[in-house]
Amino acid sequence: MNNKKRSIKLSTIFSYIIIILGAITMLIPFIWMIDTSLKTQSEAIKTPPIWIPEQLRFDSYINAWKAAPFATYLVNSVFVTLTTTALQLLTSIMAAFGFAKLRFKGKGLLFGILLATMMVPGEMLIIPNFVTLSKFHLINTYGALIIPWIASFFSVFALRQAFLSVPNTIYYSSKIDGASDWRFLWKVLVPMSKSSIVAITMLQVIGSWNSFMWPLIVINDDKLRTLPVGLQAFMTETGIQYPELMAATAFVIAPMAILYLFLQKYIIAGVSRSGLKG
Amino acid sequence: MINQKITWKESIKGWLFVLPMLIGVTVFSLYPIVKSFLMSTYTDYDFINDVVYKKGIANFQYIFQDPNFITAIKNTLIFVIGAVPITIILSLFFAVLLFNIKKLAGFFRTIYFLPFVTSTIAISMVWTWIFNSRSGLANYFLGLLGINPIDWLNSPKYAMLTLIIISVWKGLGFNIILLLAGLGNIDKRYKEAATIDGANAWQTFFHVILPQLSPTLVFVFINSIIGHFKVFDEIFAVFGGQPGPSKSALTMVFYIYQQFWASNNYGRAAAASVILFAMIMVVTVIQWQIAKKFDFSRPTKVRTNKK
Repeated sequence: MNNKKRSIKLSTIFSYIIIILGAITMLIPFIWMIDTSLKTQSEAIKTPPIWIPEQLRFDSYINAWKAAPFATYLVNSVFVTLTTTALQLLTSIMAAFGFAKLRFKGKGLLFGILLATMMVPGEMLIIPNFVTLSKFHLINTYGALIIPWIASFFSVFALRQAFLSVPNTIYYSSKIDGASDWRFLWKVLVPMSKSSIVAITMLQVIGSWNSFMWPLIVINDDKLRTLPVGLQAFMTETGIQYPELMAATAFVIAPMAILYLFLQKYIIAGVSRSGLKG
Repeated sequence: MINQKITWKESIKGWLFVLPMLIGVTVFSLYPIVKSFLMSTYTDYDFINDVVYKKGIANFQYIFQDPNFITAIKNTLIFVIGAVPITIILSLFFAVLLFNIKKLAGFFRTIYFLPFVTSTIAISMVWTWIFNSRSGLANYFLGLLGINPIDWLNSPKYAMLTLIIISVWKGLGFNIILLLAGLGNIDKRYKEAATIDGANAWQTFFHVILPQLSPTLVFVFINSIIGHFKVFDEIFAVFGGQPGPSKSALTMVFYIYQQFWASNNYGRAAAASVILFAMIMVVTVIQWQIAKKFDFSRPTKVRTNKK
């Protein structure tokens, strides 16, 4: 008995050691990014590497911020992310309500068709969408960054799951009380599904913030670039000063990392749920 | 109210609620899917005015004779085959470890998931720095182990390995979360029954947990394969907008991007994207079939109970 207890303890310790090693591997790029950004170039390229710079310098952040219009990129990223997310949330909540609680002719067929579109790789849509936007002279505008993303069936699908879990009896009783569907949706259903909505919103925010290929293709005006595209341009245009490059990557990564640390409970719950339905 | 015939009023209301989403999805998802297939047959095409002069199968003939496209398919498959199994095995390994510890599990879960929320472009640049052949961290660690420095970024031999390492690192957290959810859904009684029957930890894992986890595993697998088929951002960031040294990291999506962006050949790009879609479909269908055949999720507990 005693022996068994000790062996369990040993395996637990072993588990922790491996988990900690894994966690360090997960964190190393972030640590190294911050570490390098606080060094001078000559400190940064020293071999063997020094872990703690002689003096912590924040110059790289200031230099990088000045070397490229990161303030503009940041504003663009925030604006595009917020608008896309808000509009997509609005269209998705309405549609998800329609699919979850309303009855209408053709609902099943429509849902099936839309479900099938989820299998198509987004890369396939890029070329026709580019042509569509060119026709409307929207290439190289904010519109190109926002309009194609204001409707997403993925969000509808996820929200519908959340709305379905709210019992229909609540819907019927609120109708008997004389509430309109619109009112029920926003006053009852949305508040009741708050955690799912936060999770879906966060996944959308993360996706929008980090998206690269689409903004790379539809924007060539420096003033309209989002952070990831701006960062890529900064790297190719300025050549490599590692401390500044690492400071610049931190501009892109930090906002989402901070948001994640605050809302990780919702985000992780949202991802967990997305797997369970599969 | 529940089983009556659907009235016109109800139908109109329902369609009005889905309409805003439907307009967006129709214009930017449904129409482009159809248009992609059509475009793949446009051999002479004025994309600015969307006028087609000539159609045919020449685009497909071209790309299949284009050594770059063949390289792209090959590289994509190497990447998928190299990265997906490692990602899944490591994810499963860490998910099981995290599932069985009591203290700090949430804390570690948060750390493992962090790469998922970070910009691929940005973190790939950090990795480029880590893989720098002269003063990068990776070669420094290899040096500590007595291994000669590797030219991670400029040697065609190692470019794909570099990409695989980055992608495994980035993908681990997402899969771990899905697998943790799957593990959490397994009824504890199965595990207890196995323990009572004298199964050791390995037996319990392979005969009880793994079969119960198979629906999640199938989902994780399909999801992971599809995601890896579409690799692009990492390549763009790591190799500075190029498809790696001597095209060693030229993948299908990168090929599509080149045809579309650099060559302005929309028809060929669309044809390549149709092939990408077809490959993803084939893989998905095969996996579904396998999953159906080996549906372990139901009565496996019987196996241990019978003894």
